[in-house]
Amino acid sequence: MLLNLNTRVMLEFLPEIWQGFLATLMLSAAGFAGAMVLGVIACGLSIQPARLLRAPAVVYIDAVRATPLLAQLYFLYFGLPRLGILLPEMLIGVIALSLNSGAYIAEIIRSGILSIQRGQVEASISSGMTYLQRMRLIILPQALRPTISPLIGQAIVLVKDSSLLSLISVVELTRAGQRIAVERFMPVEGLVATALAYLVLYYLLKLLAGLWSRQNRLPGRA
Amino acid sequence: MFWSQLDRVMGYYPVLLKGITTTVSLSLIALLIGVAVGFAFGIMRAGRNRPLSYLVGLYIDFFRGTPFLVQLFIIFFILPAIGIELNAFTAGVVALSNMAACFIGEIVAAGIAAVPTGQTEAAAASGLTKAQQLRHVVLPQAVRIVTPSLVGQFVLLIKDSSVVSAIGLLDLTRSGWVIVQSVPNGLLVFAIIALGYFVICYPLIWLSRRMEDRGQAAIL
Repeated sequence: MLLNLNTRVMLEFLPEIWQGFLATLMLSAAGFAGAMVLGVIACGLSIQPARLLRAPAVVYIDAVRATPLLAQLYFLYFGLPRLGILLPEMLIGVIALSLNSGAYIAEIIRSGILSIQRGQVEASISSGMTYLQRMRLIILPQALRPTISPLIGQAIVLVKDSSLLSLISVVELTRAGQRIAVERFMPVEGLVATALAYLVLYYLLKLLAGLWSRQNRLPGRA
Repeated sequence: MFWSQLDRVMGYYPVLLKGITTTVSLSLIALLIGVAVGFAFGIMRAGRNRPLSYLVGLYIDFFRGTPFLVQLFIIFFILPAIGIELNAFTAGVVALSNMAACFIGEIVAAGIAAVPTGQTEAAAASGLTKAQQLRHVVLPQAVRIVTPSLVGQFVLLIKDSSVVSAIGLLDLTRSGWVIVQSVPNGLLVFAIIALGYFVICYPLIWLSRRMEDRGQAAIL
């Protein structure tokens, strides 16, 4: 066998892996919540006709998309204390995750809104709908539906990205695995257990995306 | 104050240069291997051989479902344990190409599935063998479909390569980490590092957007 995994050690460290799993889950959830808020704001600004409103959103989105999360994380980790802002590592990590995913979420929502045909807006205006009715009944339902699957995809990316927080000594799943590796000199067991725990989250989210797309086939598509 | 610090950071230009070289060469090598292996994965995944397709799918899922950092550690620690001596750069290349191959494999499989079945049927009716159908009919069309996504994938690859700094490779991110130890201005140092990535990645992002727009225009 390629790998003689010591399953007894893996079971022995199950509580630690479980703790790490919960920490990763919470960090990701917090990061995703922040990213949704940032994403909606950035998207709202990026579709404004006024250049003054649009520019900051476009700069934010492009700057994030063209640089790695790890560099962004170090920028905040080494940079914030410089500005006199001292935050716990965990909070810095969540902020970095939110800032990073927020830019991608802004793009996802934007493409949802842009996918609505002009005729829909015109038809709802000529039916005598108010702005709020139009948004609530016609535009948002159509704009949001195609964003759900990519948003779940982004959540998958975010869960995996949260492993980088271990590099600024936040204790989560990857860090827990490393701890097993170091304390027991069994790097393989610790890391494989970690990988399996991430796979659980991955398959859960993938299942969710599959269920959603099966229930909500877009009209006119197979 | 700012200018003197900028001066000090710039005094470290050999480190920055080394970092950029590592980042670019690592990403390029991983791209080449990733495309080659990724196409093989994609063809097997989209193929008729059910067990093979399933196995490749499982393998791809494992590397798409776990963080790159964990994969990197596993490769860095496991391969020496089974007798393959690796230095950090080789471990980085292996881990990055492997992940690239998995993501590209999934893209290629989707690209092959997007080629209309009529094309294969027509090719079969013309008397082409399976291999000929793939080589002369399906793949050329699939390549056109997947090219914009491949450019996007290359951007992800360059960004993901920053993670190799965790096993001590002196890439662009690591060079920032080294410099910030002696020039205590994280904002400045990592703004410069980020700028380095931006200069490499932004043109590629622009290119992939442009190709996607063109692709849509061609279909409409």
